[in-house]
Amino acid sequence: MATMTMVKAINDAMRIALQNDPNVMIFGEDVGKNGGVFRATDGLQAKFGVDRVMDTPLAESGIGGLAVGLGVQGFRPIAEMQFIGFIFEALDSIMVQAPRMRFRSGGRYNNPVTFRAPFGGGVKSPELHSDSLEGLLIQTPGIKVVCPSNPYDAKGLLLSSIKDNDPVFFLEHLKLYFSLKGEVPEDEYTVPIGKANVVREGTDVTIFTYGAMVHTSMKAAEIAEKDLNKKVEVVDLRTLSPLDVQTIVSSVEKTHRAIVVQEAQRTAGVAPELISVINENALLSLDAPVKRVTGFDTPLGHPLIEDEWIPNTKRIVNAIEEVCNF
Amino acid sequence: MAKTTKRGGGLAGAELQTQEMQAFQVLSPDGKVNEANLPELSDDQLRELMRRMVYTRVWDQRAVGLARQGRLGFYAPVSGQEASMIGSQFALEKEDFILPGYRDIPQLHFHGYPMYQGFLWSRGHQHGGQIPEDVNVLMPQIIIGAQYVQTSGVAMAFKRRGEKRIAITYTGDGGSSQGDFYEAMNFAGVFKLPAVFIVQNNRYAISTPVSKQTVAKTIAQKGLAAGIRSVQVDGMDVLAVYAAVKDARERALNGEPTLIETLCYRLGPHSMSGDDPTRYRIKDESPAYEENEPLIRFRKYLESKNLWTEEDENKVIEETKAAVAEAIKKADQYEKMTIPNLIDTVYETTPAHLEQQKQEYLAKEGK
Repeated sequence: MATMTMVKAINDAMRIALQNDPNVMIFGEDVGKNGGVFRATDGLQAKFGVDRVMDTPLAESGIGGLAVGLGVQGFRPIAEMQFIGFIFEALDSIMVQAPRMRFRSGGRYNNPVTFRAPFGGGVKSPELHSDSLEGLLIQTPGIKVVCPSNPYDAKGLLLSSIKDNDPVFFLEHLKLYFSLKGEVPEDEYTVPIGKANVVREGTDVTIFTYGAMVHTSMKAAEIAEKDLNKKVEVVDLRTLSPLDVQTIVSSVEKTHRAIVVQEAQRTAGVAPELISVINENALLSLDAPVKRVTGFDTPLGHPLIEDEWIPNTKRIVNAIEEVCNF
Repeated sequence: MAKTTKRGGGLAGAELQTQEMQAFQVLSPDGKVNEANLPELSDDQLRELMRRMVYTRVWDQRAVGLARQGRLGFYAPVSGQEASMIGSQFALEKEDFILPGYRDIPQLHFHGYPMYQGFLWSRGHQHGGQIPEDVNVLMPQIIIGAQYVQTSGVAMAFKRRGEKRIAITYTGDGGSSQGDFYEAMNFAGVFKLPAVFIVQNNRYAISTPVSKQTVAKTIAQKGLAAGIRSVQVDGMDVLAVYAAVKDARERALNGEPTLIETLCYRLGPHSMSGDDPTRYRIKDESPAYEENEPLIRFRKYLESKNLWTEEDENKVIEETKAAVAEAIKKADQYEKMTIPNLIDTVYETTPAHLEQQKQEYLAKEGK
């Protein structure tokens, strides 16, 4: 085991993937010589060469198309989008061409592409560098959406994503890149796509969340235990599409109350989808309506006010209290 | 039955050859002037160009310092690009409309955008984007190339209304790789729009050198594919940039758009957010560009004409320091943003669901 940051764990996963599979390639803006603007690909070009770890011209649409084309030829491209707000230029590849390759060809072709991008706020980055666009991605049939909350899961899930024969969008929360360290096995291992993780056991209410909000929710759970005497279960979704319905339903059946916490703006995203899953599968287990704690329905574009915009422990504890006292 | 054509020498004749072009220059690096290319400028105008370049350099140095102290947010240094920025804006009229990239704050400033708002924009304050009514610019663009396609729209509006104004936009060598770049020029050509497209080729897109950006010999030649007039200019030469943009502006008003590549160099880092040029710069290339930088060259020329003294320079330095100090103070004092304010600026009329989010926030967290 080694102790590493999440960005190092991500780097480690890509190093192993490049080592084990000659079909793995990495490309994007500044990922080669510079090792990526967050150093996620640091040292990989030096080790594996410019033919496998490439700086591309500055064109997200080009990067997306390159990935789709290589993918259809049996390569396993890892395409880095420098920031989540830059994916709009590449949405045809990300939301149409890669995810529909299997479907459009009736199974003749597939597209084992992994798109990676940093997302999320909390580090005072400029506009279009901190958005949460997972709602857009999970509405896209044919692509899986993965979002780790810690270094261990990041490495294991990224290796699963690269090996997956369908396209995966791998979301890396910016705030987690350097802010927390964790134990990570040095060898290859995988964390399965589609499996949520109960990171805190409780009996009174379940918080479903992902990414950086896992850590905010854990802190809120501790406060609720101390101040409200409520035992809060926290479930880290880890994969946002497809959702782990079984773990979600089991937890609701146990605690009878649920809250969804997402950093993203409120409308049409992971939270409403999760609430639908609960309604369809565990409505009669509920003792209170499911509450959501989210950002506001505005763009998150102003670093000076992002700390107030992003859900905090106070907002989550309020929700715990409301749901428990319903 | 279709005839097969025998392949042969004919193909060579059908091969498109890029014609060599020579970057347009007025001042050589040693400050000597090519009289034939000299634009018509009064002594006062020449002095004003120098004043603006010195002002921009000092402002940039102060901004870099402020960013290091954590007193700015996102900041993209401009040193090395003063001639390209100042010369091009100087050729415009107040009614012309600028669509900038994120590095193009100096052009906005000299077009009327207050410096303190530039600082607020850097910090991510919404007021940074509230362009004053009489200033014809858009907010700095973050998405590389997005401003290019929009330029055709702005230019079409001027043409439709019969107004004598142009739309001018800026991107960098990296931006010229985006599809938007080509699409913009193609639209401007097809609709004969009053538009000027500038590529400030500062040689690096973050870490990627222009040689990895394209194998085209010049970025200017990319305009040829769209069928629009394309020129390359020495972007370290403020008079050359001025003359080229002035000329392009006149032609744009007659429905002839131009792509102008200005050859310059980013002397500093890409931004103040952790970029380290030593990781990617070609070794030993910087000194040559430093010697060739725009202020040195133009200063030599003005001194030879007895139009610029050390005293003049010092006066501008002090003037700029005072302007920066005042602007940062004004930015510091500007009222803080609030969540209700953010919510109320998403739509003209805040819809019910957002109104509810605002009320919930005010009830539980609002101060």
